[in-house]
Amino acid sequence: MSSLTGASAVDHVPDPSGHSPLGGARASTGRLGDRLFGGAATGAGLLVIAIVTLIAVFLLSQAVPALSRNGANFLTSTEWNVAGDHPRFGIANLLWTTVASSVIAMLIAVPLGVGVALFVTQYAPRWLSRPAASLVDLLAAVPSIVYGLWGAYVFGPHITGLQSGLSSVLGWIPFFSNSTGGVDSSGTIFFIGIVLSIMVLPIVTALSREVFAQTPATHKEAALALGATRWEMIRTAVLPFGRPGVISASMLGLGRALGETVAVAIILSSLANGTGWSFSLFNGGETFASKIANNAGEFDSPQKTGAFIAAGLVLFVLTFIVNAIARIVIERRKAFTE
Amino acid sequence: MKTLTSRRVARLSGVALVGSLALSACGSDNNSTTTAGAGSNGSSSSSAGASSSAGGSAGVACEKGTLSGEGSTAQQNAIEEVISQFQDACEGATVNYNPTGSGAGIKQFNAGQVDFAGSDSALKTEMKDGVVEQAAADKQCGSPAWNLPMVTGPIAVAYKLNGVDKLILTPDVIAKIFLGQITTWNDPAIAKVNPGVTLPSTAIKVFFRSDESGTTENFTKYLNGAAPKVWTADPAKKWTGKGEGKEKTAGVAGAVKATEGGITYAEWSAAKDNNLSMAQVDNGAGAVTLTGESAGKAVAAAKQVGTGNNIKLALDYTTKAAGTYPIVLVTYEIVCSKGKDPAKAALTKAFLKQFSSPEQQKALEAIGYAPLPAEVAAKVSSAIDALS
Repeated sequence: MSSLTGASAVDHVPDPSGHSPLGGARASTGRLGDRLFGGAATGAGLLVIAIVTLIAVFLLSQAVPALSRNGANFLTSTEWNVAGDHPRFGIANLLWTTVASSVIAMLIAVPLGVGVALFVTQYAPRWLSRPAASLVDLLAAVPSIVYGLWGAYVFGPHITGLQSGLSSVLGWIPFFSNSTGGVDSSGTIFFIGIVLSIMVLPIVTALSREVFAQTPATHKEAALALGATRWEMIRTAVLPFGRPGVISASMLGLGRALGETVAVAIILSSLANGTGWSFSLFNGGETFASKIANNAGEFDSPQKTGAFIAAGLVLFVLTFIVNAIARIVIERRKAFTE
Repeated sequence: MKTLTSRRVARLSGVALVGSLALSACGSDNNSTTTAGAGSNGSSSSSAGASSSAGGSAGVACEKGTLSGEGSTAQQNAIEEVISQFQDACEGATVNYNPTGSGAGIKQFNAGQVDFAGSDSALKTEMKDGVVEQAAADKQCGSPAWNLPMVTGPIAVAYKLNGVDKLILTPDVIAKIFLGQITTWNDPAIAKVNPGVTLPSTAIKVFFRSDESGTTENFTKYLNGAAPKVWTADPAKKWTGKGEGKEKTAGVAGAVKATEGGITYAEWSAAKDNNLSMAQVDNGAGAVTLTGESAGKAVAAAKQVGTGNNIKLALDYTTKAAGTYPIVLVTYEIVCSKGKDPAKAALTKAFLKQFSSPEQQKALEAIGYAPLPAEVAAKVSSAIDALS
């Protein structure tokens, strides 16, 4: 009978020399190696927490002076004028573009990634599953600038037809209405969402594949023995078992999509100053990361830098929230599946 | 010792051996540029340069060491060309240039991180965002920091329109196009300045730089200066007109290339590399095609607003001088007039001497920059001689 803590029955029996028995997670033989390892592991954990805290402190300390001089509402304004004595800047546009493009990416990448993972683990013959898995993993090794250039120069010109088709048929939905910002090329939120989905795909696929492969054979055999077809077996045994894994895979992927910089900066067309607010996905814009990257060369005053760092802080918080939600969802699922 | 022998070699090469020896001569200005007919010309000037330096002010010789600069991306191609020539000619000399943007370059220079900064605009003397750049630079140097104009980068108004190879635009029309007030190519305002040209009814698609850029700043300076009634926004590194933003020069040039009816402003070299059509600009004295010479005239016509060897130029965007292409940006090298480290100062001097030499400037035209006009080049040259 092993438990989660790894303590076994032996740990509860006093050792021959009369030392007290080991207990639970604090189990230790008192040897040097044990203490060293325990210390190192604790140190690593604390280090991560310290780094994240320090990043947050750095972002805050840089952002606060600029924010305090901001003449516009930081969260709801769509202006972005960070120079001068009366800066006015807000992140509404950046937030919308970032979230919208990432959501599109997830809508495409998650179903596709789960499908690929199921194929590789459940359907594909052995000789095919290995190479197929490696090929998908290779996608993750392509640098993002390559995706950016490929998207802008190769894939982009082919997407404009689809975009104008969608907007002429579904134009009555605000998301698909015609671009108001003067963006007619492929540099739209919609298109960058598609490119991001390809970049996210290997992350979702690789993690889902690993979890699906862990499905206990007994569960699967039980389902099949009860007369389930292969699809029913997947639905009743594999998917419920893998759900927490798929969720964390999606969140990792979402993290990448939210923070992707170079490809977005190359592909996405930015909007001219004073362009009105639009929910259209066939519009341009800038994400937090691409905005910072585009302007990093001209950070010539602390105030300007601070404003961009404030935007970076929002991205940081956004990613944090997304991960927190994922944690909560996974914890709740666990309660039901175990 | 080495410099002595190499000077001797340079002199010798000037007399007899034109070709290969001249390549190894340090500080000679004719290395490896293979412009037609420049052979004898170049070598004689190199021998002249060598002898003058032997006789007079401490030399145009090579120096050893490492020099680091940072700043403007507009001069990146030019300075990389010069660096490769300089390093070929001078063994033991290394120059690094990090193209991060003018603002970043000045910031690094003022923090003492780099030996010189490249910038699209001279150090500002008025307070901006809590810093007076010139004062900060002077303080860091411990001596006045000088702005030395080194590269002239003409800005092309590049467009793509099938069947229209020759297009003339006036400042007002350019401003209206980039403000989105003129939306089709056959607009009467365009037709009026292009008699006899058949213009299609294609929509005009304006592309601008989505990153903050010195090119944008200089282009809007021109629009604001030449068409003040139409373009009322203050010149800024951030685009204030309309259109669709693309990243960096490569982004806008690529977008215009791919878009029928597209128009943008971009460095001359980018427009040339992408085979884009370039508009002729009519500032009031007839249409002028963008060439190295016509752009150089705009720099020659500029007023010097800096004092002494601080050669800060104010371009006259409304110039009506015949044959002058008015949309240019001048990029500066910003250096300490008295270097803190004598070895670095000598290396800076040698490098800038090479940069400003007529042969080197001429060679830059091939990659899309305009050479400094003679008057300005002479001033820059004497300023470099005064560096210590």
